[in-house]
Amino acid sequence: MKSRGILGKIYIFLVMLFLYSPIAVLVVLSFNNSRSRVVWGGFTTKWYRVLIESKSIMEALGTTFILAILSALFASILGLFGAIGIYSMRRRNYRIMLFCTNIPLLNADIVTGIALLLWFVRFLPLGFSSVLLAHITFNIPYVILCILPKLKEMDVHQYEAALDLGAGEAYAFVHILIPHILPGVLSGFLMAVTMSMDDFVITYFTRGAGVNTLSTLIYGELRKGIKPEMYALSTILFFVVLILLILVNLPYERMFSKRTIKKKVNIEK
Amino acid sequence: MEKELIRFENISKSFDSTDVLKDLTLSIHENEFVTLLGPSGCGKTTTLRILGGFEMPDSGRVFFDGMDITSLPPNKRQLNTVFQKYALFTHMNVAENIAFGLKIKGQDKSMIREKIAYSLKLVGLEGYEKRSPSSLSGGQQQRIAIARAIVNEPKVLLLDEPLGALDLKLRQDMQYELIRLKEELGITFVYVTHDQEEALTMSDTVVVMNQGRIQQIGSPEDIYNEPQNAFVADFIGESNLLDGIMVRDCLVNIGGLDFPCVDTGFGTDNPVDVVIRPEDVELSSSGEGQTKGRVISIVFKGVHWEMHVESDIGITFLVKTTDHFPVGSTVGISVDPYNIQIMHKPVSEDAQVYGQDESSEGEGYEP
Ligand SMILES: Nc1ncnc2c1ncn2[C@@H]1O[C@H](COP(=O)(O)OP(=O)(O)OP(=O)(O)O)[C@@H](O)[C@H]1O
Ligand SMILES: [Mg+2]
Repeated sequence: MKSRGILGKIYIFLVMLFLYSPIAVLVVLSFNNSRSRVVWGGFTTKWYRVLIESKSIMEALGTTFILAILSALFASILGLFGAIGIYSMRRRNYRIMLFCTNIPLLNADIVTGIALLLWFVRFLPLGFSSVLLAHITFNIPYVILCILPKLKEMDVHQYEAALDLGAGEAYAFVHILIPHILPGVLSGFLMAVTMSMDDFVITYFTRGAGVNTLSTLIYGELRKGIKPEMYALSTILFFVVLILLILVNLPYERMFSKRTIKKKVNIEK
Repeated sequence: MEKELIRFENISKSFDSTDVLKDLTLSIHENEFVTLLGPSGCGKTTTLRILGGFEMPDSGRVFFDGMDITSLPPNKRQLNTVFQKYALFTHMNVAENIAFGLKIKGQDKSMIREKIAYSLKLVGLEGYEKRSPSSLSGGQQQRIAIARAIVNEPKVLLLDEPLGALDLKLRQDMQYELIRLKEELGITFVYVTHDQEEALTMSDTVVVMNQGRIQQIGSPEDIYNEPQNAFVADFIGESNLLDGIMVRDCLVNIGGLDFPCVDTGFGTDNPVDVVIRPEDVELSSSGEGQTKGRVISIVFKGVHWEMHVESDIGITFLVKTTDHFPVGSTVGISVDPYNIQIMHKPVSEDAQVYGQDESSEGEGYEP
């Protein structure tokens, strides 16, 4: 029993080591006052300063954030209506639609990227708008998957009760449905922001010349040779995404702990 | 009788090709307390949802005050619903719940506050304005649901098994509360339940349904004393349901023995269903009576004894009486002619309805 516990701990330690040591090295190197990758030349924040002073990097940062926010916003709105539509379908169509929603999630990014590229070169110039459209496209499924469980949890009779009390459908939508599924919409939004910031492949294929997000910029720079400010940039990107992920998961965690506490109390009674 | 307010005209409805309502026709009058009564799944909720506007019938029409409202959306109908599971708005407090309908009508704030207080007083929950629905007990939530509906002063209140989730004592209290409320408000109640006692206690008119069809419409007394078919007799209270042959007017043969009765118009030598309520079977210790029998079981039920008596004509009677007869003793059995209720054997569809119901529940009645 005990040895199994120790083995388990060692196993988890090894997994963690493999997963996070590269990132830890990256973070450490971003503060290394030496261009070498193996020698520690003392602590510095100069690479971060170089970052801030670089115009192309700041531009890419701006593009990344605007892209993330805008695409998440559009995806949230479209995904909201999509989720409601799918939810109200009968069993068979529901399954089919859910399957269709899941395909882009599991599809290889490179396939999605090339497919979107094919469409975009035919219909619009590659640039910020094509990247935005691409991001909205791959974000919608995440939003839908975040909202659907909230819809399932909701008591449909509350919506009907609102109609019964004289509310029009729009009024009931805003005052009854939205408050119930808002947590789902919010976590869908944050998820979409994360996914957008995280994406490289699809952006790379659909961006055209001139538009750079942080990830495409880093890739471009790396080909010229590795500069330490890229470590700094990657570190920032990592932490932003990490914080977002924590935010996405927070509401669920909290609810869960509340419920377990309630259960415990009941048992004690 | 008061003016007709609601009329269902030949309503049929099916879900995924199973028929839930079959050619239902029903009128409801002003200020009437109508109860839809029937076993689970017989289409009571569906009927109520069609009246509330949440479900469209496949065919047939619904009239309200002479107007065809079949396709009118729920928010345009002058009626309010108390839902089976209350459906209180969980993200609002009690006052906001009750104010919901009034706000939509654009009434002013002081008026709304007054009405909230008044409706809370009506349901006996003064001072509960700021509470959240989830902090209330089932009975209290139920009252809030009623308050939220009646504050809009509907002409008709629809209630779908509003007492289903409450314990027996609270349920009985609420039954009286509801009757009192109805008298105070002077509006029509359309009430759904599968509890026959509740239906008989509260209603002016009971509509007995089974498998999407109306079996009988009548006052509680009519339904109890003069069930029109075996289903109604069996569903409303316990009864001895017997096969008989109508020898001629006012004489029925049960198990080979002729019993005088008061029913006429069933022809001669026709098979019929016969209902004898357990409290109408009279026993005598002397062994005198229309036939004799042996007590095979006896159970004390508080006010009365309930026993099974095996008679010489091969029928085991369920009997309720205040007299005690020991198991194994021989008793005389007789039935007053007025207490023998004769019914036509169900023909075709009704026969099917009852037959299916019986086999599905596996609950036989007397041979
Ligand atoms: N939206 C629906 N989709 C499919 N079938 C339905 C739907 N609503 C009701 N039904 C079916 O219609 C039948 C009648 O349902 P209904 O809810 O009217 O019964 P009920 O008499 O209210 O029963 P209960 O006493 O259990 O509430 C049931 O067999 C039910 O499964
Ligand atoms: Mg029901």
